[in-house]
Amino acid sequence: MIDYSKILSSKVTSIKPSGIRKFFDILDEMDDVISLTVGQPDFDTPWHIREAGINSLEDGRTYYTSNSGLLEFRREVCNYLERRFGLSYTPETEVLCTVGGSEAIDLAMRAVLEPGDEVIVVEPSFVCYGPLASLAGGIPVVVNTELKDKFKLTPEKLLAAISDKTKMLILPYPSNPTGGIMTKEELEKIADIVRERNIIVLSDEIYAELTYGKKHVSFASLPGMKERTILVSGLSKAYAMTGWRLGYACAPKEIMQQMVKLHQYAIMCAPTTSQYAGIEALRNGDEDIEFMKESYDQRRKLIHAGLKKMGLDSFEPEGAFYIFPNIGKFGMTSEEFCEKLLYSKHVAIVPGTAFGESGEGFARISYAYSVEHIKKALERMEEFIEALK
Amino acid sequence: MKALDKKVLHLIEEDPRLTADNLAVMLEKEIGEIKEIIEKYEKNGVIVGYRTLIDWEETDVESVTALIELKVTPSRDKGYDKVAEKIYRYSEVKDMYLMSGGFDFTVIIEGKTMKEVALFVAEKLAPCEGVISTATHFVLRKYKTEGVIHGAKAAEDKREKGILM
Repeated sequence: MIDYSKILSSKVTSIKPSGIRKFFDILDEMDDVISLTVGQPDFDTPWHIREAGINSLEDGRTYYTSNSGLLEFRREVCNYLERRFGLSYTPETEVLCTVGGSEAIDLAMRAVLEPGDEVIVVEPSFVCYGPLASLAGGIPVVVNTELKDKFKLTPEKLLAAISDKTKMLILPYPSNPTGGIMTKEELEKIADIVRERNIIVLSDEIYAELTYGKKHVSFASLPGMKERTILVSGLSKAYAMTGWRLGYACAPKEIMQQMVKLHQYAIMCAPTTSQYAGIEALRNGDEDIEFMKESYDQRRKLIHAGLKKMGLDSFEPEGAFYIFPNIGKFGMTSEEFCEKLLYSKHVAIVPGTAFGESGEGFARISYAYSVEHIKKALERMEEFIEALK
Repeated sequence: MKALDKKVLHLIEEDPRLTADNLAVMLEKEIGEIKEIIEKYEKNGVIVGYRTLIDWEETDVESVTALIELKVTPSRDKGYDKVAEKIYRYSEVKDMYLMSGGFDFTVIIEGKTMKEVALFVAEKLAPCEGVISTATHFVLRKYKTEGVIHGAKAAEDKREKGILM
């Protein structure tokens, strides 16, 4: 008999599976659940973008592209980043087309981390940063952001987390799950801190297009930051293209060369069909973004007002498509609260602890759902909260 | 038209179930202001009505739709409108448009059976004063109505459950 415990890599086996798997298992087995858990747009990819993918197949574009991705795609990424965020990147040497933003995050960490390097992970946040940092040999150092700061990374918290082993800071704004954003002034304070040190900033800007009121500021656009920033983004959230698995990274060419090497051996290239669709999206998709964003914004207001009315306090999210209400006053853990809501009212929301310990006392509600769906969910949640009072 | 008015009309065109209260929240306006806008357009006829799109083909209720091309002679004093009025007054007529091109009116008729529609055309439309000729085209399948694709199940969520992103 083969002894798998001796076969499997301890680096991988030591990574804990997500704690809320149990919650999702229950959810899977239940019928008639109104779910507000999904972290992806509810729109189909706009037709002209799908058509570009289909046309590329009809034209027989069924081959590998260059490792970094079609030059035309990278050019469009650069045009787009300049047009939308005032960034200036060179398509030939500073841009890589990846399989979603997640691959780009993985590559960035593996390209720069040495064993024992510390990686500052801002939480609550998307679940991948800590495990990927560990796999790359780094040591995640968690910074817990707080409601009172609207879940922003404050200079004080950052300074407290920095040691002489700090190699990388991950900036996940606009934030999944909190809906928090960082303004230019707030980012400048972070820039002042990293400027003096040899710290690389991995800026995950996958939700950059989804901010409400204030325009997103890209960290690399701040003076002197481009040389130390790895910008990671993708087309999933902005253009409703999650299933296409299309992302990109932008970084100084010294870093990019190393990332391309990893990508070349592990992936070859991102799906060709997706790249052709991506060119169309980046070139002609600004209006799609505006349309979807306005729709999310309306739902954001609806759900924020609805939660407030029933006595579930939450700060008004300014980005992404999540709201992160505080459920602490009901004397239950996040997981208890969400399970009870699921069992008694068949409404599913995600316990805040799925996104780090500092998510305790909160729950993530996605509003990437139709208004009708949201209204129904709010009605049921209101009954639930009434019964708790 | 004011941008806000346009937004309100677009939103209720998509979903007439949105209440004034919902709209006020979504657009960050006072509920009174929203109510005023809706009333204004209800009164002046911009909001023509509130209907539900029902795909009768998906039920066991018999239904058939036909598109009729009509050529007419406009009436001497009131032109096409007078001829049109005599036709659109029939409850069988669902939509009616004055057209440019090779014929004058498009009339959409809904009936229970093809025979019923054919009889209506022969007995009611064709003899109408001013009507020169009719050409009846039966609808075999509806793909999209009022911007909504049939059979697409509006409520279907194609996203897989249980993926934490």
